[in-house]
Amino acid sequence: MSPRIVVDPITRIEGHLRIEAQVDGGMVQDAWSSTTMWRGLEQILIGRDPRDAWYFAQRICGVCTTVHALASIRAVEDALDITPPLNARLLRDLIGVSQYVHDHVVHFYHLHALDWVDVVSALKADPQQAAVVAQSLSDYPRNTAKQMTAVQQRLQAFVQGGRLGPFANGYWGHPAYKLSPEVNLLAVSHYLDALDFQRDYVKIHALLGGKNPHPQTYVVGGMAIPIDPNSQYAINDNTLQQVRGLLQSGLNFVNQAYIPDLVAIGKSYPEWTAIGGGLNSYMTFGDFGGAQPKRGQTDTAGILPSGIVRNGDLSKVEPVDPMKITEDVARGWYSYREGDGTPLRPYDGETTANYTGPNPPYDFLDVDKKYTWLKAARYDGIPVEVGPLARMMVGYAAGDARIKPLVDGALQTLGVGPAALHSTLGRTLARGLETKLLADQSLGLLDQLVANIAGGDLAVHAGVKWEPKSWPAKARGVGFHEAPRGALSHWIVIEDQKIKGYQAVVPSTWNASPRDAKGQPGAYEAALVGTPIADPKQPLEILRTVHSFDPCMACAAHVIDADGTPIVEVRVQ
Amino acid sequence: MSIVPPAPAPSQTASTANGPIDDGLLARLFELGVDRRSFLKYCGVLTATLALPPSFAPRVAAAVAAADKPSMVYLAFQDCTGNAESMLRARNPDIASVILDLMSVDYQETVMAAAGEQSKQARDAAVGKGGHILVVEGSVPLGGDGYCTIGGESAQQILKKASKGAAAIINVGTCSAFGGLPAAHPNPTKAVAVGDVVSGVPIVNLPGCPMNVDNLTATIAHYLTFKALPARDSQQRPLFAYGDRIHDNCPRRGHFDAGQFAMAWGDEGHREGYCLYRLGCKGPSTFHNCPILKWNGGTQWPIGAGHGCVGCSEAGFWDTMTPFYDRLPHIEGFGVDSTAEKLGLTVVGATAVGFGLHGVGKTLQNKLGRNGDEQSTVDVTDGSTDLGSAGFGSSPAGRDNPDGKAGPA
Repeated sequence: MSPRIVVDPITRIEGHLRIEAQVDGGMVQDAWSSTTMWRGLEQILIGRDPRDAWYFAQRICGVCTTVHALASIRAVEDALDITPPLNARLLRDLIGVSQYVHDHVVHFYHLHALDWVDVVSALKADPQQAAVVAQSLSDYPRNTAKQMTAVQQRLQAFVQGGRLGPFANGYWGHPAYKLSPEVNLLAVSHYLDALDFQRDYVKIHALLGGKNPHPQTYVVGGMAIPIDPNSQYAINDNTLQQVRGLLQSGLNFVNQAYIPDLVAIGKSYPEWTAIGGGLNSYMTFGDFGGAQPKRGQTDTAGILPSGIVRNGDLSKVEPVDPMKITEDVARGWYSYREGDGTPLRPYDGETTANYTGPNPPYDFLDVDKKYTWLKAARYDGIPVEVGPLARMMVGYAAGDARIKPLVDGALQTLGVGPAALHSTLGRTLARGLETKLLADQSLGLLDQLVANIAGGDLAVHAGVKWEPKSWPAKARGVGFHEAPRGALSHWIVIEDQKIKGYQAVVPSTWNASPRDAKGQPGAYEAALVGTPIADPKQPLEILRTVHSFDPCMACAAHVIDADGTPIVEVRVQ
Repeated sequence: MSIVPPAPAPSQTASTANGPIDDGLLARLFELGVDRRSFLKYCGVLTATLALPPSFAPRVAAAVAAADKPSMVYLAFQDCTGNAESMLRARNPDIASVILDLMSVDYQETVMAAAGEQSKQARDAAVGKGGHILVVEGSVPLGGDGYCTIGGESAQQILKKASKGAAAIINVGTCSAFGGLPAAHPNPTKAVAVGDVVSGVPIVNLPGCPMNVDNLTATIAHYLTFKALPARDSQQRPLFAYGDRIHDNCPRRGHFDAGQFAMAWGDEGHREGYCLYRLGCKGPSTFHNCPILKWNGGTQWPIGAGHGCVGCSEAGFWDTMTPFYDRLPHIEGFGVDSTAEKLGLTVVGATAVGFGLHGVGKTLQNKLGRNGDEQSTVDVTDGSTDLGSAGFGSSPAGRDNPDGKAGPA
C-alpha cells in the first residue's frame, strides 16, 4: 500500500478542510475528511440574550452570510411561538433567494471552475473563434471577439509580468483538463465578469439588510428595516425598483452565462457523470413557502422541496421527521458522558472538546481513531447527502411541477438518464439548475411583497413578545432553513430569558461528516472512493469531487452545547 | 512611535511620486484594459477615503500605477471568511481588480488555484522573499495547537513563520485585530489577536465584522503612495477610517439632539428615520467610518437600513456591547427616567467638543500628507476621554484601554 495522499489546505472553499486519501492502482480506495479548526461558539452563546443569538450565529460563516442568522431567528421564534408578519417573511425570502444566486455563481466561477478550466491554455486560443463558440452557446452581450481579445491580452500581460499570484502553482496542463483553448478563454472571460456581477448583485442585501457580508436587519419577530412608501428612510418604491433591477440582472446572468457555461462543461466531461456519487441518500428540509410552517416542522409547501430519498430510490419520498436527527462523536474530537458512540438528538446534545490528534506539525492524522472537529450527523441512523443535488433529487422524485421539467430538460441536453445525477457532475449541474429555478422565482417573491405593501400592510415586526419578561420560564425551539449548501437546523433551549443550550446541525456537518460509531462514512468520504487519480502529486480529481459539494468548514465545525455545561479539555498526544 | 516599513525596491514611483502622472506609468494599466479616466476617478475615491485633499489624487494615481507589485500573503485562522468575502466586494469593478492585479496575491486560500502542497509552496516562496504584506483574518488559539491547523501546522506556527520579514501586517476584521468572536466570554480556545503573537512587525488593524473593503484598498493605496502605513490610534486603527465616532457623523443625529427616537421596529419614528438609540444603537461608543463610506459601493449601512450599530469595530464588543438591544449603559447623567430632551441637549455639548477634536485629527492627517513620509502614531486617547466626560463614556474595552484586545473574560 502506498502512503496516503494529503490535500491540506483544500483551497477555494470556506474554511479549513483536509482530505487524506488512500490511492492505489490510480484510484482512490478510501478517504477521510477532516475539519481542522474549532472556535467554540456554542459555549460563547450560553447565558446570553436569545435575541442576540442570530448575530453571533451569523458569524458561523461569512460566506453563507445570511443562513445562520435566519435559522437562529426561526429557532427563537419557534421556541416562543412568534409568527413574523408577511412582509418580514418575504423580505427574509428575498434575502435568502438572492443569497442562493450570489453564492452559487461565486461557487461555480470562482471556487469550482478552475477544476475544469485551464487558465494557461486560454493564452493559445483564437479570440475570434472563442467568440464564435461563445455566441453559439448564448446571447450574452459580452460574448464578442473584442471582449475575448481584451481578456486574452489582459491575461497575456499578467502572465508576462511573471507574478501569477492566485493562479500560481495551479495544475495547469494536467491531462484531466479537456476544454479547448477557446472554451477556456471564454470561461476566463466569464470568470472576470462574474466578479463584477457578484459585487453588484449583492447590493440587494445592502438595500434590504444594510450591508453584505453579514446583513444586519434581522430581528426576532420580524425585520428591523421599516417599510413606508412615503418615507426616504424606509423601503419605498425606489428601493423596490432597485431590488427588481438587481434580481433581473441575476436572472439574466444565470440564463446567459452560468447555465450555458455549465452545459459546455457538462458536455466536455461526460465521464464525471459516473464518478463521485457516494451515499445516494438525500435529505432536504424545504424552504421559501411564504406560509409559516407548523411549530417544530420543516417547510413542506416551499419553492424548495422537503423530504428524504434513500439509496437512490426515486420512486419514494419520505417526509422529514426532525426527531430522527442525531449526532455521535465516535470519530470527532469531543467526548460524550454516556459514550462517544451514543447518538444524541440535538436538544440533548453535548459539546466537550477533546483534541486527541497529533501534535503539530504533523504529516498524517491517525485516521483509525478520531480525526476531525466534526460530529457525525445521521438521519434515522444513516448518513445522507444534503445540498443542491439532494433538493433536485427529492424534487424530481416527488414530481415537483417546477423541478421535474427543469431536470428532465438538462438530462436531455446532456443525453443522460437520471442515474447520471448521482455524481460529481450531477451535483454541479443540480446547483446550476436550482440557481435558475430561484432566480426565476425571485421576481415573483418581490411581486408578492409589492402587492402586500400596496394593500396597505407596512408591518415588519411582531412585537408582542419582544420583551423577555413576556416569555415562559422555559422554552425550546428549532429553526429550519434550506441553505445553499443544504439542510440547516438550529436548536435552542431557553431558560429564565437566557440561552441554556444551542446546537447547530449544519449542511457541511452532514456532508463533511467523518465515520460514525458504526463505521459508515460521510458524504465526501463516500463520494471520493473510486475517483481516478492520474498523478498523485497533482490530485486535481479530488478537488473536483470535493468542490462539487461546495464545502463550508467554519459552518460545519460547530456543535453547540445544549446542556449548558461547557467543559473544554485538550489533550495532545 | 515611528513605524517605517522597509522601502520597496526603487521603481519609477520614486522619482515621479510628487509630479503629475507620467503617461508612461499608465501604459501598464492600459494593457490591463483600464482607461485613464476611470483610473483617475478611482484614485479620487481613494484619496477621499484617506481624507487627503483632492490635490493628492495625482500622487496617489502615480504611486498606484507604478507600484512594484508588492506581494500579499493572506492567512486565515479562526475565521468565518467574512473578510475575504468583503474583499471580493471591492468596488469600481475594473479598477478594483486592477488593485488585485497590482498586488501580487501570492497566497489566499479562498481564491487561489493551487491546493495542498502546491499552495504551501506558493506561500513559503512569497514569505521567503520578504517584504510582503501579510493580511490576516481570524484569531489565533493559544489554548491548544489542535484548535486550528492548516497543512498540519498550527496557526501559531504558520503566523510566526509568515510574519518574519513582512513589511507590515494588516489585520482584517475584529477577530485578527482584537480576538473577536472566538475570544468572547468564556473564550473556550483562549483565542487572541495577531498582535498578541507577533512582535517586531508594524500592524494596521482594520476591525469590523467584517472589515469594510474600501478601508483595505485605501490602506494599501496609502502604503504604495507614501511608502508608509497610515497614522493610527492607540489600537493601531487608521485614523482615516476610525478617527470619528459613528454618532457624530450619523444622519439621524438631528433626531437624537431633538429627542426623537424610534421606540419599536416599524413604528412611525422608525419609518421616519428617527434615532435608534432606544432600540440599542451603539453608535455613540463606536469609532468607524460607516456613515461616510457605507457598504457595497456606498449603497447602504446598518443604521441607514433601520438596525442599530452593534459596535463591531470595537475591541471586546461581543461582551461590552451586549445585549445588543439594551440601551448603552455608560451614558453619564441619564437614567431610565431622563427625558429625551435632556439627553439631546447634553449631547449637543459633546458634539461641540467632538468637532474640536475632529479638527485636530484632520490637522495631523494633513501634516502626514504634506510630509509624505511617516508620522508618529497620533494618539487621540486624551480627546476621547474629554468626550467621555462631556457626555459619553468610551466603550469599556475601547480606546481608553490601550491593550483592550480580548475584552473581559
